[in-house]
Amino acid sequence: MPADRSASPSEGDVVLLVGTMKGAFLFSSDGGRGEWRIDGPYFRGMAVYAMAMDQRGGRRRILAGSQSMHWGAVVQSSDDFGATWSAPDRQNVRFPEDSGLALTNVWQLRPGRADEPDTVYCGVEPAALFQSRDAGETWSPVDGLLNHEHRPRWQPGGGGLCLHTIVLDPANPERMGVAISTGGFYRTDDGGRSWRARNVGVRAEFLPDKHPEFGQCVHKVVNHPSRPERLFLQNHWGLYRSDDWGDSWVDIANGVPSDFGFAMEMHPNDPDTVYIVPIDSDQFRIVPDARLRVYRTRDAGASWQALEGGLPQQDAYECVLRDALATDGHATAGFYFGTRSGKLFGSADEGETWREISGALPPIVCVKAAVIGAGTANS
Amino acid sequence: MPITIALPGALQPYAGGRPEVTVDARCGTVGDVLGALAGRYAGVVDRVMDEQGRVRQHVNVFVDGDNIRFLDGLGTLVGQGSTVTIVPAVSGG
Repeated sequence: MPADRSASPSEGDVVLLVGTMKGAFLFSSDGGRGEWRIDGPYFRGMAVYAMAMDQRGGRRRILAGSQSMHWGAVVQSSDDFGATWSAPDRQNVRFPEDSGLALTNVWQLRPGRADEPDTVYCGVEPAALFQSRDAGETWSPVDGLLNHEHRPRWQPGGGGLCLHTIVLDPANPERMGVAISTGGFYRTDDGGRSWRARNVGVRAEFLPDKHPEFGQCVHKVVNHPSRPERLFLQNHWGLYRSDDWGDSWVDIANGVPSDFGFAMEMHPNDPDTVYIVPIDSDQFRIVPDARLRVYRTRDAGASWQALEGGLPQQDAYECVLRDALATDGHATAGFYFGTRSGKLFGSADEGETWREISGALPPIVCVKAAVIGAGTANS
Repeated sequence: MPITIALPGALQPYAGGRPEVTVDARCGTVGDVLGALAGRYAGVVDRVMDEQGRVRQHVNVFVDGDNIRFLDGLGTLVGQGSTVTIVPAVSGG
């Protein structure tokens, strides 16, 4: 299906995939990342919670989950930077009839490991994991999680009962983790056949038992491919690190104005550096003191520093959602985030200074970034 | 007389661009009509019903002008020459 406008970025250019409540946009720039071109909207009127850039196997494929309020959700793809989209005839992510479940939305699209270039993972609402073995054309559920004994006791969070995060072990194809709101963090060590809740140390403020086996409202988990066993977790109240693939978690909310938040992103080149955007509380859900600040740790959570250069520091009643913070993987890493009020910010110097890339988009729910030709997909 | 199904613009691409399609008059209920339609234009029916066979929350289906939500749902009877109209609900923001 032809799109309204399309980009044509070259090798070394940076692209931002921006999903909003009213469609998707592509932003592109050269490696300097000073000026940006906007293309779109794609999927007019549809919510786009999940996007990904897949550059494995010689592709330049953009994946997007588009959700129509009326007609349901599908995963679409474009191999020409949005000029055309696959527009599948059938709903390509489908629950089996005997599951009793029906797809509400697509929350996460995650290209698989480099050595499995046709594998893509997809997290959905109601919480389930799907996988594709043909680069996103067809999908099947991961039965071990679909039929998990905990499923009847998972509860929807404010955004719905969603599987929103997928973290991979790049060296071990049998191991991966997922996060569910509200279910917590689950890990498989046998390629998805079985899954164990891994939430020891992660609190659930909203339950009488603050430390249940599962039921935590995890908002985002990230890891670095060079040290995949080390996980960082932004919780619904709580900021944590695990050094053992989730077997245990320790509190690392050292010096942040709030340990509530949604978004979290790993530095692409440093396994000790992580970015977050703290939020005031689970009632107000606005950045603390109405100052828009990204926080960064360079010592794996021992300390955090505010990054506010160029960001509004007065009357900024903003919120950044869980998938709206991303890095581009550039040698000097760029970081980008979008707000619920439709502002898109970017930094070409690892967060030291920021500038507004676009100020009047629909509410932003997803930001992903990639360097064209870099060969890997960035979260 | 066959039963006519009137499609909204958003669903016409999944029916070869047709604004209307017809199905066999032997269909007795709306469920039968949609089942027959699925055999030819599955992409249309995917967007009207979820994978559990339920009409989506924000889709309305009318039989000769009456909303099946207030009749017998997918069991609503259709007659020869009936028109089944699929309409997106007034919703959004």
